[in-house]
Amino acid sequence: MGTLLEVTDLRTRFSTPEGVVHAVNGISYTLAEGETLAVVGESGCGKSVSMLSVLGLIPIPPGQIASGSARYRGMDLLKLSEPELETIRGREISMIFQEPMTSLNPVLTIGRQITESLRTHLGMDHGTANRRAAELLESVGIPDGGQRLRDYPHQFSGGMRQRVMIAIALACAPSILIADEPTTALDVTIQAQIVELVIQMRQQIGMAVIWITHDLGVVAGIADRVIVMYAGFIVEEADVESLYADPRHPYTVALLAALPRADRRRDHRLKSIPGAPPNLLVKPQGCPFARRCDFVIERCWSDNPALAPIAPGRKIACWIDVKTGAPR
Amino acid sequence: MTRYIIRRLLQAIPLLFVISLVLFVLMQNMGDPVATMGGRSVTRSADRERLRRQLGLDKPIAVQYLYWLVGNDWTKIDLDGDGVAETPGQRQGVLRGDFGASLVNRGKPVLQVIWDRLPNTLLLMGASELVIIIGALLIGIYSALRQYSVIDHVVTAISFVGYSMPIFFIALLTMYIFSVNFKRWGLPYLPTVGMFDPGVGKTTGQVALHMILPVFSLSFIYFAGYSRYVRSTMLEVMSQDYIRTARSKGLPRPVIIYLHALKNASLPIVTVIGLDLPLLLAGAIVTERIFAWPGMGRLFLDHASRSDTPVVMGILMMISVAVVVFQIIVDVVYAWLDPRIRYS
Ligand SMILES: Nc1ncnc2c1ncn2[C@@H]1O[C@H](COP(=O)(O)OP(=O)(O)OP(=O)(O)O)[C@@H](O)[C@H]1O
Ligand code: SF4
Ligand SMILES: [Mg+2]
Repeated sequence: MGTLLEVTDLRTRFSTPEGVVHAVNGISYTLAEGETLAVVGESGCGKSVSMLSVLGLIPIPPGQIASGSARYRGMDLLKLSEPELETIRGREISMIFQEPMTSLNPVLTIGRQITESLRTHLGMDHGTANRRAAELLESVGIPDGGQRLRDYPHQFSGGMRQRVMIAIALACAPSILIADEPTTALDVTIQAQIVELVIQMRQQIGMAVIWITHDLGVVAGIADRVIVMYAGFIVEEADVESLYADPRHPYTVALLAALPRADRRRDHRLKSIPGAPPNLLVKPQGCPFARRCDFVIERCWSDNPALAPIAPGRKIACWIDVKTGAPR
Repeated sequence: MTRYIIRRLLQAIPLLFVISLVLFVLMQNMGDPVATMGGRSVTRSADRERLRRQLGLDKPIAVQYLYWLVGNDWTKIDLDGDGVAETPGQRQGVLRGDFGASLVNRGKPVLQVIWDRLPNTLLLMGASELVIIIGALLIGIYSALRQYSVIDHVVTAISFVGYSMPIFFIALLTMYIFSVNFKRWGLPYLPTVGMFDPGVGKTTGQVALHMILPVFSLSFIYFAGYSRYVRSTMLEVMSQDYIRTARSKGLPRPVIIYLHALKNASLPIVTVIGLDLPLLLAGAIVTERIFAWPGMGRLFLDHASRSDTPVVMGILMMISVAVVVFQIIVDVVYAWLDPRIRYS
């Protein structure tokens, strides 16, 4: 399968009154056609910003894309003008967000919010767009689609709103769906339903999916490949089986160790790694994980390891080998 | 919706009743209508007594209020002062639409007096409100989208000036510049007094020309604050998640701004406009005075200064009703804009 999206050396910063936030610090990754890539990491490690940057959705100012490229079908998305990007967003690459309660416009009907994509990108007339929107609602599991087009977001529950969001995102059958923690705000049972729905729609449309999450538990069921992010860096990249069976970066090891086991009560948040992610206001000297790392060696404090291949399809950014604890 | 409006109107009735009572009591302190009757002083005490009886001022205030409210045509009054009520009353009371007769205008019905002026005030207010809303939206949205640009800063500066300036000062300043000085410099200058040039007659063009300065003065102070309010509301809305969603759908920028954002931003803006309408009315009164605009405001001042209580009461009651109606209109518009209100 060919490469669909290739992001190289993406850096995103925010100028805030407190100083410059280094949100994304030179990340590179690829996404193949039809592939599902999971992006995991603790809160604030730059997952959302790295995806929003690619679609030109970060607020500028205070945001700034300092470097990088994002090649998609021969174009560099980071170089496109706003009108050019508008033809990509929602048509080629769609996004769904974490907060179903606030992500829909409260004063416009669901019908309006679905059909406007269809009409903008596919040039459908009012009637056709409405019929298509009703079908879309049914296909994401909202019965009585035609009736519900006239309803407003507040008349839907959280899970139903997320389904509406999915219907909106998939309206134009995009080739990439970016799902930014779409289940975090939902009940556990609803979470599973939404994951199931995305898997089903992925098969129907044949799109690639980037699934951002806190929850390594979900990743196993949905992803082909995983990127682990920490403090705006990618620290490990692997296919999903290898990552679970054989994590190579100390941060991934810690994440997996913190994962609740099937026999314990499930708690989806990754809280149990001691310490907090570093302050992104100061540009890190050395490895950003050093303060929390069990394997830290002298060199970690002065030099930041680059993401480098260690085996086919596997990359880590670390000075040591977690198996032995010895420098590589 | 209709039921809601009816309910609101019914709720307003006791309120208006209390307002009228309070106003009526306050009117007692406005000066003696007989002493200044029509601007001529009535000196002979016999005449005074007769006038008092005619106007019902000899009665206790409770009775006066009752007559004002429901009229006195159901009873007889004592006109000649012999202690025997022999003449049937003529008044019908405000509940039947009779606000009495003006003292200044020689028995002309109060409603007629007000009605002669009301359209002029509404014209001035309506035009100003339109200028304020359109101008504030244009400038407010522009400066929200170009936050911290030169224009944004200039508007900020102007609006602070506008905010802190009393309306009479703006009015006099514009008069001084566009009328006095323009005339002196030989430029086309704007009229400052009245609604039209008596030499030309009341044509649309004349009225429009005479409206420029009063409307500008009245709009300026509100416009400034409003454009700031629109700016901050738009900024707030533009940072919401649903705007990010709209952008992620690839919608064209104008759709995002003028539909997705503005429809949300208009909710607080409508509320503020509704709350400020009575203030605009107050501003109109001052403006009318300065520009000799023949509206309710000038009417009010002219008649208040001559203790024409029936007319003053009529105007104040009309304003009270207007405020209540404004509120209901705002609520209806709000519900129309916000489905969350409409469906609850
Ligand atoms: N508009 C902004 N202005 C300033 N800083 C921002 C802005 N948006 C994001 N950041 C900062 O960028 C960093 C990365 O944020 P990001 O939202 O990408 O984290 P995340 O990994 O998606 O976390 P979460 O799991 O909580 O969504 C954070 O430190 C955040 O404070
Ligand atoms: S580089 Fe050093 S500090 Fe960073 S993860 Fe590896 S061992 Fe830990
Ligand atoms: Mg996020």
